[in-house]
Amino acid sequence: MASRVVLLGPQRFQPTLRDAVRELGVSGPVAVVTAGWQERERENDELRAHLDCEVVDLLLYHRYDDALLRDRPLAQALRRRQEELQQQQQLYRMRLEHALAAARQIVSQPEGAAVEGHLLAAIHAVRHLDRFHLRRLRREHESFEREWEPSRRVAVARHREQLAQLLDRCDLLAIAGGHVAVLLNRLRLFDLRPLIGSKPVVAWSAGAMAVSERVVLFHDSPPQGPGDPEVLDSGLGLCRGVVPLPHARQRLRLNDPHRVALFARRFAPAECVVLEGAARLEWRGERWSATPGTLRLGPDGTLREVAAS
Amino acid sequence: MIRALEGLLADGPPSADRIDRFLREHSFPLVDGRSVTFVWRGEADSVNLRHWIFGLSTFQPLRRIDGTGLWHLTIEIPERSRVEYKLEIIRGEQREWIMDPLNPRIARDPFGANSVCHGEGYATPEWALPDPVARPGRIEELAVPSRALEGVQRVDVYLPARFRRTRRYPLLVVHDGDDYLRYSFLKTVLDNLIHRLEIAPLIVALTGSSDRLREYGADPRHAAFLADELLPHLQAHLPLIHRPESRGLLGASFGAVASLHAAWQRQEVWGRLLLQSGSFVFSDIGDHRRGPVFDAVVDFVNQFRERPGRPASRIFLSCGVFEPLIYENRTILPLLQSAGIEVRYEEARDGHNWENWRDRLRAGLSWTFPGPLWMVYE
Repeated sequence: MASRVVLLGPQRFQPTLRDAVRELGVSGPVAVVTAGWQERERENDELRAHLDCEVVDLLLYHRYDDALLRDRPLAQALRRRQEELQQQQQLYRMRLEHALAAARQIVSQPEGAAVEGHLLAAIHAVRHLDRFHLRRLRREHESFEREWEPSRRVAVARHREQLAQLLDRCDLLAIAGGHVAVLLNRLRLFDLRPLIGSKPVVAWSAGAMAVSERVVLFHDSPPQGPGDPEVLDSGLGLCRGVVPLPHARQRLRLNDPHRVALFARRFAPAECVVLEGAARLEWRGERWSATPGTLRLGPDGTLREVAAS
Repeated sequence: MIRALEGLLADGPPSADRIDRFLREHSFPLVDGRSVTFVWRGEADSVNLRHWIFGLSTFQPLRRIDGTGLWHLTIEIPERSRVEYKLEIIRGEQREWIMDPLNPRIARDPFGANSVCHGEGYATPEWALPDPVARPGRIEELAVPSRALEGVQRVDVYLPARFRRTRRYPLLVVHDGDDYLRYSFLKTVLDNLIHRLEIAPLIVALTGSSDRLREYGADPRHAAFLADELLPHLQAHLPLIHRPESRGLLGASFGAVASLHAAWQRQEVWGRLLLQSGSFVFSDIGDHRRGPVFDAVVDFVNQFRERPGRPASRIFLSCGVFEPLIYENRTILPLLQSAGIEVRYEEARDGHNWENWRDRLRAGLSWTFPGPLWMVYE
């Protein structure tokens, strides 16, 4: 298990990665995963310049494509599995829409004992649905693992061996943002978690989401649809007790106390943390610490500073 | 009478200085809930408000305040409305249409410009305004030889930010492309919506016509140009996704007719349609009475109403409620739905103009070419 996990916000306008790496006492080499950038995976000049140390590109996006090109049965199996997972997600969403609509209606009622009772029950229903969905997804993943053992198949194992050697000579792993499902699939296929060992990990945006316990997708005001936060899947679980929310100020109506309260209460006891600007969370195995000004969603609908755990 | 004006007139005819101050201290037209007051200052025999709101008299006279050169008119405009207008100044035999000199808001179109009244609660969408953070796409010019249209067609092509040839993109073909760029700020909208992840990065072919009313009026040569010449040319030169659901047509007014007609003529080619304020004129019986320029359109729409087929799998349809075409658009909606097409329909309190069409682009483009908003966190 990674010795320390640092979660950062988006790095485009206010890069804090280098400081985070330095404060972990690392001066290189740093292994990077930019698979979330998809076909732009290799366009990491800015990242290299910012880190200003030796950078080792793990190239998970391209390795994934290469492995599947060489292992057509696995590629087809993964495609079928993807279709099944998408169907699970659609069915979950159908139920979630109604469950969340009820909770939203109740949370906006005038306060009172009766309302609170029903609100608790409504939130419980949503939490139950989230757990149900995660359990089904875990079963799918476990069944797939048992049947195919992807990381032991020749094409994947070859890449995995190379990744192990690359990681072995690096002092830290940095995981960038981008497409969270693409990132997660690549991390999973190559079973990167054991290869990380006890190395410190710094992850931002989708990278932060992928290394947490569960990946929660969110946007309160999409151009289509109701804007219901949904659980996508389990994450790598390198850290616990946090739901990272990169770009929260753009994506969430943080001035709507009902929505904030519902979000916070739904995922409690995990803290839903706004990852923006200079926000930084550090996980040291059992405890969290945060830079001053790092905010979380409060169950009372306000934004509160994250206290050390 | 609106409160601000009542205050000005409370003590009888105001002096020139008081009027000066009043005009300086207020924005015009004056908006107070649903009451909107238009004001003009000057010497004239009469002054009319000229607008294009279907259902209201097309000209409405302003009243002069005795002893002053101040004219005013209050009408009711629903919340969230957007109304383009001009003032008609009449002096003797002379009639002059002018933009409201007291109102800095203007909207341009191919015929010039109009003043714009924002009803209570309306604001220009922020995603339609330049965003310095949004990476810009670029526009390149292509020349597409066409037998169908007897000549080389100039087509501008929008390539999204971070365009790369190793990736494949959906395609949107736009009618009146230049006008969409100029008057609906299409490039800004595309840059912003792609940056916001609300629409897929896509390639946009901006087409035009030198004989618009004929070519866009349900002309089979135009449909042939799009499917048999433009599309193959674009496929040969650009990395496009080769699936109907990744190909769409966009048009407004006659451009919407052209889009629907082209898709109807070549079913299974264009999977997505964005039809804005379509001139879907039809006749159940007798003459359509819209003039000869509509003859081919009416023939097509009448045929379409008999046999809608399935011109696309997903359609965005919009119309302003102040447009005379609102009836035709409301009528075509159930036909599209009955054909098993996924339709999103949107009405707006606006008229037949480019900023109405601009204001619908987020809904329309995100419906037809949804982006990875839920999945991408950079």
